[in-house]
Amino acid sequence: MARLGMVIDTRRCVGCMDCVVACKTENGTPEGMNRDWITHALAGQYPTLSLTIRSERCNHCENPPCVSCCPTGASHVHDWGGVVLVDEHECIGCKACVASCPYDARYIHPDGYADKCTFCIHRVERGGQPACVSVCPARAMFFGDLDDPNSEVSRLLASRKHHTLQPEAGTRPHVFYLE
Amino acid sequence: MNELYLTARNPMVEPHLHAWGWEIPVYLFLGGWVAGILVLCGWALFKGRRYSAGSASFALASSGLFVLGLATLSAGMLALFLDLEHKTHVWRLYATFQPWSPMSWGAWILVLVYPVLVAGVLLEPPAALLAHVPALGAVTRRLNGDTRRRRAIGVVSMVAGVALGVYTGILLSALGARPLWSSALLGPLFLVSGLSAAAAFAHMVSPDREERETLARFDNLFLMLELAVIVLFLIGLANATAVHAQAAALLLGGPMTAVFWVGVVGLGIVLPLVIQSLAVTHRIAHTPVAPLLVLAGGLALRFVIVAAGQLSHWPRL
Repeated sequence: MARLGMVIDTRRCVGCMDCVVACKTENGTPEGMNRDWITHALAGQYPTLSLTIRSERCNHCENPPCVSCCPTGASHVHDWGGVVLVDEHECIGCKACVASCPYDARYIHPDGYADKCTFCIHRVERGGQPACVSVCPARAMFFGDLDDPNSEVSRLLASRKHHTLQPEAGTRPHVFYLE
Repeated sequence: MNELYLTARNPMVEPHLHAWGWEIPVYLFLGGWVAGILVLCGWALFKGRRYSAGSASFALASSGLFVLGLATLSAGMLALFLDLEHKTHVWRLYATFQPWSPMSWGAWILVLVYPVLVAGVLLEPPAALLAHVPALGAVTRRLNGDTRRRRAIGVVSMVAGVALGVYTGILLSALGARPLWSSALLGPLFLVSGLSAAAAFAHMVSPDREERETLARFDNLFLMLELAVIVLFLIGLANATAVHAQAAALLLGGPMTAVFWVGVVGLGIVLPLVIQSLAVTHRIAHTPVAPLLVLAGGLALRFVIVAAGQLSHWPRL
Protein backbone atom coordinates (compact mmCIF):
# COMPACT_ATOMS: atom_id res chain seq x y z
CA MET A 1 0.00 0.00 0.00
CA ALA A 2 1.51 3.28 -1.09
CA ARG A 3 1.70 6.26 1.24
CA LEU A 4 2.02 9.35 -0.91
CA GLY A 5 3.96 12.34 0.33
CA MET A 6 5.58 15.55 -0.79
CA VAL A 7 9.02 16.91 0.04
CA ILE A 8 9.81 20.60 -0.45
CA ASP A 9 13.35 21.93 -0.33
CA THR A 10 13.23 25.29 1.43
CA ARG A 11 16.81 26.00 0.30
CA ARG A 12 15.69 25.88 -3.31
CA CYS A 13 12.21 27.42 -3.16
CA VAL A 14 12.26 31.03 -4.34
CA GLY A 15 8.54 31.71 -3.88
CA CYS A 16 7.92 32.24 -7.60
CA MET A 17 4.33 31.01 -7.25
CA ASP A 18 4.54 28.79 -10.29
CA CYS A 19 3.08 26.01 -8.11
CA VAL A 20 0.13 28.25 -7.20
CA VAL A 21 -0.58 29.15 -10.83
CA ALA A 22 -0.13 25.55 -12.03
CA CYS A 23 -2.59 24.33 -9.39
CA LYS A 24 -5.18 26.92 -10.33
CA THR A 25 -4.80 26.05 -13.99
CA GLU A 26 -4.92 22.30 -13.45
CA ASN A 27 -7.80 22.25 -11.00
CA GLY A 28 -9.82 25.25 -12.12
CA THR A 29 -9.78 26.71 -8.62
CA PRO A 30 -12.29 29.57 -8.35
CA GLU A 31 -11.07 33.15 -8.45
CA GLY A 32 -9.85 34.38 -5.06
CA MET A 33 -9.39 30.85 -3.71
CA ASN A 34 -6.30 28.68 -3.66
CA ARG A 35 -5.39 25.08 -2.94
CA ASP A 36 -1.75 26.03 -2.35
CA TRP A 37 -0.02 29.22 -1.33
CA ILE A 38 3.37 30.72 -0.52
CA THR A 39 4.57 31.56 3.00
CA HIS A 40 7.54 33.81 3.71
CA ALA A 41 8.66 33.25 7.32
CA LEU A 42 11.07 35.89 8.58
CA ALA A 43 12.82 35.24 11.90
CA GLY A 44 15.54 36.88 13.96
CA GLN A 45 16.69 40.42 14.69
CA TYR A 46 18.24 42.77 12.16
CA PRO A 47 20.92 42.26 10.84
CA THR A 48 20.87 38.55 11.67
CA LEU A 49 17.64 37.66 9.92
CA SER A 50 16.68 34.41 8.26
CA LEU A 51 14.03 33.99 5.62
CA THR A 52 12.32 30.70 4.82
CA ILE A 53 10.06 30.41 1.80
CA ARG A 54 7.57 27.58 1.72
CA SER A 55 5.02 26.33 -0.76
CA GLU A 56 2.15 25.15 1.47
CA ARG A 57 -1.03 23.14 0.96
CA CYS A 58 -3.11 20.44 2.63
CA ASN A 59 -0.70 18.17 4.50
CA HIS A 60 -2.68 15.00 3.77
CA CYS A 61 -2.20 14.06 7.40
CA GLU A 62 -1.99 10.51 8.62
CA ASN A 63 -4.24 11.53 11.51
CA PRO A 64 -6.52 13.99 9.71
CA PRO A 65 -8.83 15.96 12.05
CA CYS A 66 -10.86 17.08 9.04
CA VAL A 67 -11.83 13.48 8.36
CA SER A 68 -12.73 12.57 11.93
CA CYS A 69 -14.93 15.64 12.45
CA CYS A 70 -16.85 15.29 9.17
CA PRO A 71 -20.48 14.39 9.96
CA THR A 72 -21.23 12.81 6.59
CA GLY A 73 -18.01 11.04 5.66
CA ALA A 74 -17.49 13.46 2.74
CA SER A 75 -13.95 14.09 3.98
CA HIS A 76 -12.20 10.77 3.67
CA VAL A 77 -8.87 9.07 3.18
CA HIS A 78 -8.52 7.74 -0.35
CA ASP A 79 -8.19 3.96 -0.70
CA TRP A 80 -4.83 4.33 -2.39
CA GLY A 81 -1.97 6.52 -1.20
CA GLY A 82 -3.50 7.85 2.02
CA VAL A 83 -4.54 11.05 0.25
CA VAL A 84 -7.23 13.09 2.05
CA LEU A 85 -10.09 13.96 -0.30
CA VAL A 86 -13.56 15.52 -0.18
CA ASP A 87 -16.56 14.00 -1.92
CA GLU A 88 -18.39 17.14 -3.03
CA HIS A 89 -21.67 15.24 -3.38
CA GLU A 90 -21.62 14.20 0.29
CA CYS A 91 -20.41 17.51 1.72
CA ILE A 92 -23.08 19.65 3.42
CA GLY A 93 -20.79 22.68 3.84
CA CYS A 94 -20.91 22.70 7.64
CA LYS A 95 -17.32 24.03 7.77
CA ALA A 96 -16.30 21.82 10.69
CA CYS A 97 -13.37 20.61 8.57
CA VAL A 98 -12.34 24.19 7.82
CA ALA A 99 -12.26 24.92 11.56
CA SER A 100 -10.54 21.63 12.41
CA CYS A 101 -7.53 22.10 10.11
CA PRO A 102 -4.51 23.52 11.96
CA TYR A 103 -3.03 24.52 8.59
CA ASP A 104 -6.10 26.43 7.37
CA ALA A 105 -5.79 24.50 4.13
CA ARG A 106 -9.48 24.36 3.23
CA TYR A 107 -11.93 26.78 1.73
CA ILE A 108 -15.57 26.65 0.73
CA HIS A 109 -16.06 26.37 -3.00
CA PRO A 110 -18.65 28.80 -4.41
CA ASP A 111 -20.80 25.72 -5.14
CA GLY A 112 -21.01 25.11 -1.37
CA TYR A 113 -18.67 22.23 -0.63
CA ALA A 114 -15.33 22.16 1.16
CA ASP A 115 -12.37 22.05 -1.19
CA LYS A 116 -8.59 21.71 -0.92
CA CYS A 117 -5.47 20.18 -2.45
CA THR A 118 -5.92 16.60 -3.71
CA PHE A 119 -2.23 15.97 -4.50
CA CYS A 120 -3.66 16.00 -8.06
CA ILE A 121 -4.76 12.42 -7.49
CA HIS A 122 -6.32 12.36 -10.98
CA ARG A 123 -2.84 12.86 -12.46
CA VAL A 124 -1.02 10.64 -9.94
CA GLU A 125 -3.32 7.69 -10.56
CA ARG A 126 -2.35 7.91 -14.24
CA GLY A 127 1.34 7.81 -13.30
CA GLY A 128 1.91 11.56 -13.35
CA GLN A 129 3.04 14.10 -10.79
CA PRO A 130 0.98 16.78 -9.06
CA ALA A 131 0.80 19.90 -11.24
CA CYS A 132 2.72 22.02 -8.72
CA VAL A 133 5.61 19.53 -8.60
CA SER A 134 5.77 19.14 -12.36
CA VAL A 135 6.21 22.87 -13.01
CA CYS A 136 8.57 23.88 -10.19
CA PRO A 137 11.39 25.73 -12.03
CA ALA A 138 13.73 25.51 -9.01
CA ARG A 139 13.28 21.75 -8.70
CA ALA A 140 12.36 22.33 -5.08
CA MET A 141 9.39 19.96 -4.97
CA PHE A 142 9.39 16.18 -4.92
CA PHE A 143 6.55 13.68 -4.78
CA GLY A 144 6.37 9.94 -4.30
CA ASP A 145 5.73 6.95 -2.09
CA LEU A 146 6.96 7.41 1.47
CA ASP A 147 6.72 3.65 2.04
CA ASP A 148 9.13 2.88 -0.80
CA PRO A 149 12.68 3.25 0.58
CA ASN A 150 14.02 3.76 -2.93
CA SER A 151 11.67 6.58 -3.88
CA GLU A 152 13.18 10.04 -4.29
CA VAL A 153 11.14 11.40 -1.38
CA SER A 154 12.27 8.59 0.96
CA ARG A 155 15.92 9.07 0.00
CA LEU A 156 15.70 12.83 0.54
CA LEU A 157 14.08 12.37 3.96
CA ALA A 158 16.73 9.80 4.89
CA SER A 159 19.61 12.07 3.91
CA ARG A 160 18.46 15.60 4.75
CA LYS A 161 17.30 17.30 7.93
CA HIS A 162 13.61 18.04 7.62
CA HIS A 163 10.50 19.00 9.52
CA THR A 164 6.73 19.08 9.16
CA LEU A 165 4.44 21.99 10.02
CA GLN A 166 3.02 22.13 13.54
CA PRO A 167 4.00 18.59 14.56
CA GLU A 168 2.63 19.42 18.02
CA ALA A 169 -0.89 19.35 16.52
CA GLY A 170 -0.47 15.56 16.32
CA THR A 171 -1.71 15.27 12.75
CA ARG A 172 1.41 13.53 11.29
CA PRO A 173 1.61 15.47 7.98
CA HIS A 174 2.70 13.90 4.71
CA VAL A 175 4.28 17.13 3.47
CA PHE A 176 7.88 17.56 4.59
CA TYR A 177 10.22 20.57 4.40
CA LEU A 178 13.92 20.08 3.89
CA GLU A 179 16.05 22.53 5.92
CA MET B 1 11.08 38.67 15.91
CA ASN B 2 8.98 36.35 13.80
CA GLU B 3 6.97 37.61 10.86
CA LEU B 4 4.89 35.72 8.38
CA TYR B 5 3.83 36.84 4.90
CA LEU B 6 1.26 34.69 3.18
CA THR B 7 0.47 35.00 -0.50
CA ALA B 8 -2.59 33.52 -2.21
CA ARG B 9 -4.43 32.46 0.94
CA ASN B 10 -8.16 31.93 1.18
CA PRO B 11 -10.60 34.57 2.39
CA MET B 12 -12.21 32.39 5.09
CA VAL B 13 -8.95 31.93 6.99
CA GLU B 14 -7.38 35.38 6.63
CA PRO B 15 -6.54 37.32 8.70
CA HIS B 16 -7.97 34.67 11.01
CA LEU B 17 -10.56 31.90 10.73
CA HIS B 18 -14.10 33.21 10.39
CA ALA B 19 -15.96 30.15 9.14
CA TRP B 20 -18.87 30.59 11.49
CA GLY B 21 -20.94 33.75 11.84
CA TRP B 22 -24.02 34.45 13.96
CA GLU B 23 -25.82 31.23 13.07
CA ILE B 24 -23.68 28.82 15.08
CA PRO B 25 -23.68 30.78 18.39
CA VAL B 26 -27.46 31.18 18.07
CA TYR B 27 -27.83 27.45 17.38
CA LEU B 28 -25.58 26.54 20.33
CA PHE B 29 -27.54 28.86 22.64
CA LEU B 30 -30.97 27.62 21.56
CA GLY B 31 -29.79 23.99 21.70
CA GLY B 32 -28.46 24.54 25.22
CA TRP B 33 -31.70 26.22 26.26
CA VAL B 34 -33.75 23.24 25.00
CA ALA B 35 -31.33 20.92 26.80
CA GLY B 36 -32.07 22.79 30.03
CA ILE B 37 -35.83 22.59 29.41
CA LEU B 38 -35.57 18.82 28.84
CA VAL B 39 -33.59 18.26 32.03
CA LEU B 40 -35.79 20.46 34.25
CA CYS B 41 -39.08 19.19 32.84
CA GLY B 42 -37.76 15.63 32.90
CA TRP B 43 -36.84 16.05 36.55
CA ALA B 44 -40.33 17.41 37.31
CA LEU B 45 -41.98 14.50 35.48
CA PHE B 46 -39.77 12.03 37.31
CA LYS B 47 -40.67 13.59 40.67
CA GLY B 48 -44.35 13.36 39.80
CA ARG B 49 -44.94 17.10 39.78
CA ARG B 50 -47.89 18.30 37.82
CA TYR B 51 -49.51 21.67 37.44
CA SER B 52 -53.22 21.13 37.38
CA ALA B 53 -54.51 24.59 36.47
CA GLY B 54 -54.97 23.90 32.79
CA SER B 55 -52.88 22.75 29.91
CA ALA B 56 -50.14 24.55 28.01
CA SER B 57 -49.05 26.65 30.97
CA PHE B 58 -45.36 27.27 31.44
CA ALA B 59 -45.08 25.35 34.69
CA LEU B 60 -42.56 22.51 34.78
CA ALA B 61 -43.96 19.18 33.55
CA SER B 62 -46.74 20.98 31.71
CA SER B 63 -46.87 21.06 27.94
CA GLY B 64 -46.03 24.77 27.63
CA LEU B 65 -42.29 24.37 28.12
CA PHE B 66 -42.22 21.33 25.84
CA VAL B 67 -44.02 23.35 23.12
CA LEU B 68 -41.50 26.12 23.68
CA GLY B 69 -38.73 23.53 23.46
CA LEU B 70 -40.05 22.33 20.10
CA ALA B 71 -40.22 25.88 18.77
CA THR B 72 -36.80 26.82 20.16
CA LEU B 73 -35.11 23.71 18.84
CA SER B 74 -36.67 24.23 15.43
CA ALA B 75 -35.42 27.83 15.42
CA GLY B 76 -31.97 26.54 16.36
CA MET B 77 -32.08 23.97 13.58
CA LEU B 78 -33.08 26.72 11.17
CA ALA B 79 -30.03 28.74 12.25
CA LEU B 80 -27.84 25.67 11.73
CA PHE B 81 -29.40 25.08 8.33
CA LEU B 82 -28.79 28.71 7.33
CA ASP B 83 -25.12 28.23 8.18
CA LEU B 84 -24.71 25.29 5.81
CA GLU B 85 -23.05 26.16 2.52
CA HIS B 86 -24.44 23.12 0.67
CA LYS B 87 -28.03 23.31 1.91
CA THR B 88 -29.61 20.91 -0.55
CA HIS B 89 -27.32 18.17 0.77
CA VAL B 90 -28.44 18.50 4.40
CA TRP B 91 -30.11 15.07 4.26
CA ARG B 92 -26.64 13.53 4.01
CA LEU B 93 -26.40 13.97 7.80
CA TYR B 94 -28.95 11.19 8.15
CA ALA B 95 -27.56 8.90 5.49
CA THR B 96 -24.69 7.85 7.77
CA PHE B 97 -23.40 7.81 11.33
CA GLN B 98 -19.82 8.92 11.86
CA PRO B 99 -18.82 7.83 15.39
CA TRP B 100 -15.82 10.21 15.62
CA SER B 101 -17.78 13.26 14.52
CA PRO B 102 -19.56 15.20 17.30
CA MET B 103 -21.71 16.85 14.62
CA SER B 104 -22.92 13.43 13.49
CA TRP B 105 -23.70 12.54 17.10
CA GLY B 106 -25.56 15.83 17.41
CA ALA B 107 -27.65 15.16 14.31
CA TRP B 108 -28.77 11.82 15.73
CA ILE B 109 -29.28 13.19 19.26
CA LEU B 110 -31.75 15.63 17.72
CA VAL B 111 -33.66 12.64 16.35
CA LEU B 112 -34.06 11.49 19.96
CA VAL B 113 -34.87 14.96 21.28
CA TYR B 114 -37.81 15.73 18.98
CA PRO B 115 -39.90 12.67 20.00
CA VAL B 116 -39.20 13.37 23.68
CA LEU B 117 -40.44 16.94 23.25
CA VAL B 118 -43.50 15.68 21.37
CA ALA B 119 -44.18 13.14 24.13
CA GLY B 120 -43.93 15.99 26.66
CA VAL B 121 -46.52 17.95 24.71
CA LEU B 122 -48.80 14.92 24.37
CA LEU B 123 -48.82 14.38 28.13
CA GLU B 124 -51.03 17.44 28.31
CA PRO B 125 -51.78 18.77 24.83
CA PRO B 126 -52.88 22.40 24.45
CA ALA B 127 -56.68 22.63 24.28
CA ALA B 128 -56.57 24.11 20.76
CA LEU B 129 -54.50 21.18 19.49
CA LEU B 130 -56.82 18.68 21.15
CA ALA B 131 -59.83 20.39 19.56
CA HIS B 132 -58.28 20.03 16.10
CA VAL B 133 -57.01 16.48 16.58
CA PRO B 134 -59.34 14.72 19.04
CA ALA B 135 -57.54 11.43 18.43
CA LEU B 136 -54.66 12.77 20.50
CA GLY B 137 -56.86 12.37 23.56
CA ALA B 138 -56.40 8.61 23.45
CA VAL B 139 -52.61 8.99 23.25
CA THR B 140 -52.66 11.43 26.16
CA ARG B 141 -54.78 9.06 28.26
CA ARG B 142 -52.41 6.21 27.47
CA LEU B 143 -49.29 8.22 28.33
CA ASN B 144 -50.83 9.43 31.57
CA GLY B 145 -52.42 6.12 32.46
CA ASP B 146 -49.40 4.83 34.27
CA THR B 147 -47.17 6.81 36.65
CA ARG B 148 -44.21 4.71 35.61
CA ARG B 149 -44.74 5.83 32.02
CA ARG B 150 -44.59 9.50 33.02
CA ARG B 151 -41.49 8.82 35.09
CA ALA B 152 -39.87 6.96 32.17
CA ILE B 153 -40.54 9.91 29.87
CA GLY B 154 -38.96 12.09 32.56
CA VAL B 155 -35.82 9.97 32.67
CA VAL B 156 -35.49 9.87 28.87
CA SER B 157 -36.04 13.62 28.81
CA MET B 158 -33.22 14.21 31.31
CA VAL B 159 -30.85 11.88 29.44
CA ALA B 160 -31.66 13.53 26.09
CA GLY B 161 -31.23 16.97 27.67
CA VAL B 162 -27.81 16.17 29.12
CA ALA B 163 -26.69 14.62 25.82
CA LEU B 164 -27.88 17.64 23.84
CA GLY B 165 -26.36 20.18 26.25
CA VAL B 166 -22.98 18.47 26.45
CA TYR B 167 -22.89 17.91 22.69
CA THR B 168 -23.19 21.64 21.98
CA GLY B 169 -19.89 22.13 23.82
CA ILE B 170 -18.10 19.01 22.60
CA LEU B 171 -18.91 20.09 19.04
CA LEU B 172 -16.36 22.87 19.52
CA SER B 173 -13.90 21.14 21.85
CA ALA B 174 -13.36 18.33 19.33
CA LEU B 175 -11.81 20.89 16.95
CA GLY B 176 -8.29 20.79 18.37
CA ALA B 177 -6.90 23.19 15.78
CA ARG B 178 -8.47 26.04 17.77
CA PRO B 179 -6.69 26.05 21.13
CA LEU B 180 -9.37 28.06 22.96
CA TRP B 181 -11.85 25.26 22.31
CA SER B 182 -9.43 22.52 23.39
CA SER B 183 -11.18 21.84 26.67
CA ALA B 184 -13.70 19.15 27.51
CA LEU B 185 -15.11 21.65 30.04
CA LEU B 186 -16.96 23.36 27.18
CA GLY B 187 -19.48 20.49 27.34
CA PRO B 188 -20.37 20.99 31.03
CA LEU B 189 -20.15 24.77 30.58
CA PHE B 190 -22.73 24.87 27.79
CA LEU B 191 -24.92 22.34 29.62
CA VAL B 192 -24.98 24.30 32.85
CA SER B 193 -25.51 27.53 30.92
CA GLY B 194 -28.46 25.88 29.15
CA LEU B 195 -29.85 24.72 32.50
CA SER B 196 -29.50 28.24 33.80
CA ALA B 197 -31.29 29.71 30.76
CA ALA B 198 -34.14 27.20 31.10
CA ALA B 199 -34.49 27.76 34.85
CA ALA B 200 -34.40 31.54 34.35
CA PHE B 201 -37.08 31.47 31.67
CA ALA B 202 -39.31 29.11 33.64
CA HIS B 203 -38.75 31.26 36.74
CA MET B 204 -39.97 34.25 34.75
CA VAL B 205 -43.10 32.68 33.25
CA SER B 206 -44.22 29.89 35.60
CA PRO B 207 -47.80 30.43 36.82
CA ASP B 208 -46.99 28.74 40.12
CA ARG B 209 -45.54 30.98 42.84
CA GLU B 210 -43.84 28.18 44.76
CA GLU B 211 -42.33 26.84 41.55
CA ARG B 212 -41.02 30.28 40.64
CA GLU B 213 -39.25 30.44 43.97
CA THR B 214 -37.76 26.96 43.52
CA LEU B 215 -36.62 27.74 39.98
CA ALA B 216 -34.94 30.97 41.08
CA ARG B 217 -32.99 28.96 43.66
CA PHE B 218 -32.13 26.38 40.98
CA ASP B 219 -30.99 29.15 38.68
CA ASN B 220 -28.75 30.60 41.38
CA LEU B 221 -27.14 27.19 41.78
CA PHE B 222 -26.65 26.86 38.01
CA LEU B 223 -25.18 30.36 37.78
CA MET B 224 -22.68 29.58 40.54
CA LEU B 225 -21.77 26.32 38.82
CA GLU B 226 -21.37 28.16 35.52
CA LEU B 227 -19.04 30.65 37.15
CA ALA B 228 -17.01 27.81 38.67
CA VAL B 229 -16.73 25.98 35.32
CA ILE B 230 -15.64 29.21 33.59
CA VAL B 231 -12.89 29.66 36.20
CA LEU B 232 -11.77 26.02 35.78
CA PHE B 233 -11.88 26.38 31.98
CA LEU B 234 -9.58 29.41 32.12
CA ILE B 235 -7.24 27.84 34.71
CA GLY B 236 -6.94 24.74 32.52
CA LEU B 237 -6.09 26.72 29.39
CA ALA B 238 -3.81 29.26 31.08
CA ASN B 239 -1.72 26.49 32.64
CA ALA B 240 -1.47 24.23 29.59
CA THR B 241 0.93 24.86 26.67
CA ALA B 242 1.99 28.34 25.57
CA VAL B 243 -0.44 28.01 22.65
CA HIS B 244 -3.36 27.40 25.00
CA ALA B 245 -2.22 30.12 27.39
CA GLN B 246 -2.16 32.50 24.43
CA ALA B 247 -5.71 31.44 23.59
CA ALA B 248 -6.83 32.03 27.20
CA ALA B 249 -5.19 35.46 26.99
CA LEU B 250 -7.86 36.45 24.45
CA LEU B 251 -10.23 36.48 27.45
CA LEU B 252 -7.61 37.56 30.01
CA GLY B 253 -6.37 40.87 28.69
CA GLY B 254 -6.82 40.32 24.96
CA PRO B 255 -9.43 41.66 22.53
CA MET B 256 -12.37 39.62 23.89
CA THR B 257 -11.72 40.48 27.54
CA ALA B 258 -14.18 43.34 28.02
CA VAL B 259 -17.14 41.70 26.33
CA PHE B 260 -16.46 38.45 28.18
CA TRP B 261 -16.02 39.80 31.69
CA VAL B 262 -18.56 42.64 31.46
CA GLY B 263 -21.16 41.09 29.15
CA VAL B 264 -21.02 37.37 29.92
CA VAL B 265 -19.75 37.20 33.50
CA GLY B 266 -20.81 40.59 34.94
CA LEU B 267 -24.21 41.19 33.36
CA GLY B 268 -25.04 37.59 32.44
CA ILE B 269 -24.05 35.75 35.63
CA VAL B 270 -23.01 37.91 38.62
CA LEU B 271 -25.68 40.63 38.41
CA PRO B 272 -28.64 38.23 37.98
CA LEU B 273 -27.15 36.05 40.73
CA VAL B 274 -27.14 39.02 43.09
CA ILE B 275 -30.67 40.10 42.09
CA GLN B 276 -32.08 36.57 42.42
CA SER B 277 -30.27 35.98 45.71
CA LEU B 278 -31.95 39.09 47.12
CA ALA B 279 -35.29 37.96 45.65
CA VAL B 280 -35.24 34.42 47.09
CA THR B 281 -34.34 35.81 50.52
CA HIS B 282 -37.35 38.16 50.14
CA ARG B 283 -35.34 41.36 50.39
CA ILE B 284 -36.56 42.51 46.98
CA ALA B 285 -39.45 41.42 44.78
CA HIS B 286 -38.87 38.91 41.95
CA THR B 287 -38.19 40.74 38.71
CA PRO B 288 -37.98 39.59 35.08
CA VAL B 289 -34.78 41.64 34.74
CA ALA B 290 -32.60 38.88 36.20
CA PRO B 291 -33.92 36.05 33.97
CA LEU B 292 -33.66 38.28 30.89
CA LEU B 293 -30.05 39.06 31.80
CA VAL B 294 -29.36 35.33 32.21
CA LEU B 295 -30.78 34.59 28.74
CA ALA B 296 -28.80 37.44 27.15
CA GLY B 297 -25.68 36.29 29.01
CA GLY B 298 -26.10 32.72 27.74
CA LEU B 299 -26.33 33.98 24.16
CA ALA B 300 -23.33 36.28 24.69
CA LEU B 301 -21.31 33.35 26.10
CA ARG B 302 -21.77 31.39 22.86
CA PHE B 303 -20.92 34.41 20.71
CA VAL B 304 -17.74 35.11 22.70
CA ILE B 305 -16.56 31.49 22.80
CA VAL B 306 -17.20 30.93 19.08
CA ALA B 307 -15.52 34.22 18.09
CA ALA B 308 -12.53 33.84 20.45
CA GLY B 309 -12.02 30.24 19.36
CA GLN B 310 -11.81 31.32 15.75
CA LEU B 311 -9.24 33.94 16.72
CA SER B 312 -7.03 31.35 18.42
CA HIS B 313 -4.63 29.22 16.38
CA TRP B 314 -1.46 27.15 16.49
CA PRO B 315 1.77 29.02 15.68
CA ARG B 316 2.47 28.95 11.95
CA LEU B 317 6.26 29.46 11.97
